[in-house]
Amino acid sequence: MKYLIKNGRCIDPANNLDAVADLLLSDGKIENIGKKIPSPKGAQTIDAQGMIVAPGFVDMHVHLRTPGREDVETLESGSRAALKGGYTSVLMMPNTDPAVDTPEMARGLKEQAHKESVVHAYVSGAVTKGRQGAQLTDIAGLKAAGALAVTDDGCCVADDGIFRKALRESARAGLLLIDHCEDSKISGKGVMNESFMSTKLGMRGMPRQAEYEMVRRDIEYARGLDALVHIAHVSCKESCDLIRKAKKAGVRVTAEAAPHHFTLTDEACANYDTRTKMNPPLRADYDVKAIKEALADGTLDAIATDHAPHGLHDKYVEFDAASFGVIGLETALSISVMELVNKGVLDWPRLIELLSSAPAKILGIPAGTLSKGAPADVTVLDPKAELLYTAEEVASRSKNSPFIDWKLTGLAMEVFVSGKRLVSGGQLV
Amino acid sequence: MNWNRKDLIGLEYLSAAEIEHILAATDSFKQVTTRSIKKVPTLRGKTVANLFFEPSTRTSASFELAAKRLSCDVLTLNIATSSVKKGETLVDTARNIEAMEVDTLIVRHGAAGAPAMLSRAVKACVINAGDGWHEHPTQGLLDMYTLRSRLGDIKGLRVSIIGDIAHSRVARSNIWGLTKLGAQVTVCAPPVLLPVGIEKFGVKITTDLDEAIAGADAINVLRMQFERDCAQAFPSRTEYFRKYGVTQERLQKAKHDIVVMHPGPMNRGIEMSSEVADGPNSVILEQVTNGVAVRMAVIYLTATAKEASL
Amino acid sequence: MTDKKTVIMDSAAMGKTLSRLAHEIVERRGDEPGLAIVGIKTRGAYIAARLADKVSELAGKKIERGYLGITLYRDDLSQQSEQPLMHSTEVDFDVQGRTIILADDVLYTGRTVRCALDALIDLGRPARIELAVLVDRGHRELPIRADYAGKNIPTAKSELVRVRMKECDGADEVVVERK
Repeated sequence: MKYLIKNGRCIDPANNLDAVADLLLSDGKIENIGKKIPSPKGAQTIDAQGMIVAPGFVDMHVHLRTPGREDVETLESGSRAALKGGYTSVLMMPNTDPAVDTPEMARGLKEQAHKESVVHAYVSGAVTKGRQGAQLTDIAGLKAAGALAVTDDGCCVADDGIFRKALRESARAGLLLIDHCEDSKISGKGVMNESFMSTKLGMRGMPRQAEYEMVRRDIEYARGLDALVHIAHVSCKESCDLIRKAKKAGVRVTAEAAPHHFTLTDEACANYDTRTKMNPPLRADYDVKAIKEALADGTLDAIATDHAPHGLHDKYVEFDAASFGVIGLETALSISVMELVNKGVLDWPRLIELLSSAPAKILGIPAGTLSKGAPADVTVLDPKAELLYTAEEVASRSKNSPFIDWKLTGLAMEVFVSGKRLVSGGQLV
Repeated sequence: MNWNRKDLIGLEYLSAAEIEHILAATDSFKQVTTRSIKKVPTLRGKTVANLFFEPSTRTSASFELAAKRLSCDVLTLNIATSSVKKGETLVDTARNIEAMEVDTLIVRHGAAGAPAMLSRAVKACVINAGDGWHEHPTQGLLDMYTLRSRLGDIKGLRVSIIGDIAHSRVARSNIWGLTKLGAQVTVCAPPVLLPVGIEKFGVKITTDLDEAIAGADAINVLRMQFERDCAQAFPSRTEYFRKYGVTQERLQKAKHDIVVMHPGPMNRGIEMSSEVADGPNSVILEQVTNGVAVRMAVIYLTATAKEASL
Repeated sequence: MTDKKTVIMDSAAMGKTLSRLAHEIVERRGDEPGLAIVGIKTRGAYIAARLADKVSELAGKKIERGYLGITLYRDDLSQQSEQPLMHSTEVDFDVQGRTIILADDVLYTGRTVRCALDALIDLGRPARIELAVLVDRGHRELPIRADYAGKNIPTAKSELVRVRMKECDGADEVVVERK
């Protein structure tokens, strides 16, 4: 099938392109991009006037709960949620049950994803066996099995010695190491940001030091070993400052931030709504501001959702007892449009870069570009389209979003994965 | 002033007028509790369930007596959190009790926010009997009622709250209630037991006990829980008593009629000496007496608000 | 349509009526050593106070008086759209063994009196309770009657009998209003 997407504003940060043009998809590849491409025989034409045509989005941080918790998300439901949000590639975190900590498991999950996921779902492996932080996994083997990264996400690689070994090993294997920066000796049994709000609500706080002191450690080891480390879900200003300084000094560090961290503050926890409980927690106003600045100035490289589905029985409980995490695949685009572009924090090309080309480059996958010959992973979005995001709208199996009942602006209208049109007119096909 | 809340979750959420309304209603119930027939038929036929997910003797007994003196039937359940973990969620437990046509749930829970959550999940009245470090609104109210009956108008009073502010729901309810009614509140604790952001509550802060006592009209001395949250925070009990224990000697420098309160249960010789606890300034037992009347008022007002909304 | 109001008792008439009630009370119970008059708040309390003054004068001895708040004894909790005002009880003497004259402004369904009886009995065990009212307007729903009635007024249920008193309303009068 051939598709000709006409008259859209094509934004391809990898090629520094931002112009009204036509895009021709054919046989799963981008066949042509340019002005006034004539419609080939049998091609379906899509009028994209007023819309933005972008590389399919890449989310380098999702939890699709497979294997082990298919009751709250499956590869199929999670990837459909991704599609709805304009994503065509995702990186699955290995904190499943059991954890993805052997090459065999990584290979198996990769095959299963190939069959069941409707987007490109990539596999990552654990840094340590069972994510217990004690014994390294077969990192080179994981790479050979197709994993794109190693991470103990959900937990930090807390032991300095293990972390140093892991960083050396992943550098040698050419595999990305992603760290969830949290010193659990500091965060303890905390359930939200430590602040006036946690004191007012009478809940245990997670001090910001728990994050940025680990970011500081990771940066120092990356500097010392000249190895690459990627910092997951940055939530506070101090972390941004440390990463900015490190980058200037030539340290090989990349980092991501999640939409909820540049939209909400810990004020959102006021009603003990467990949909505002995640790790790292929602922080202060000045953190939101700092993350926005860091996304704009290149300190933070990517927007990643940390899509973390949880069932009602995990969330409809006391705040203390509720699981950490929120879903985010379906709302990331709109929230980014509303908070970043519409509020003048950054421009469209930078947003598209944060959502597609930058994470694609970090992961080294053939995505995130509209170059001729590239895989036809394309998202056409309407920057003005609106949606009341009710619980019924949710495509994920879980509904734990703090943005339920928000009016969202900026939606994916057409999504192509390997040339297949899987979202049309804003609806999953 | 018309009371229209079916729940009492915390004093933070009440206006000064609402707090005054409860305190005024308490007068009538205080009268009932001091006569020989200590019971009125007001809530005859209503059922109150005491759901205590955290052990408590006094608060549970006080609520039970309050409900009985309003002619309610009372069910007191001490639910070990361990059995809750076995599968039934908090909301399920509450809904099952409510399904037995219970009108009011009185909830004590270790997790902050548990009563707030239940108040949204059930139609029954929900009264917070203490949730984590969050609030203990009836304790705050009975402290204010006691202060008022001793010292008159709360406005302008200087009240110092002394002890483990960080982990105390009593401290939070007192701070909210007293500041709303116009008292000047000082909190006094060792630095590690002053929680983050405490300055934003509109209170004066000191780490010096003598400073907290000097010029105060009343002090409210909190229980130190060495077996729990304070273990890391202070070297030893004797050390705490030396620096923060309220003694007769320290009270020499205070106003001669300073009112000394304690929410109980009291650790004699840790936060307060026996001489002070049993001395002429202590109103500790009066607090306990007033507690029943305050809780009668709260059970009554929430029940009538619920009836009116039906 | 404007409300129709009929004044059925003015200030002078009220004074005379209360005087007559006091005489009746003294005549029947004046010799009893423990005689006391207890009014139902709000207006019954003022009636009790005035009666007690007059009875004291006539009997030549101080008659104890008290006031009952009966909110906590009402049986219509679920029928109230507004929360009833809480009135506290002020009875500073022991009711045990006494003859108590319970006083109120209007006797209507009898439910208020029923509440007051319960409230009074919870204070102790009087030897006898009698009822004195300024106005009896009929329509009883309980087997209750007045021992001393100032004036019987036949009314329709749709009418409103309003007693106003100097102590709280600025003037003494009884008015019937038709809706």
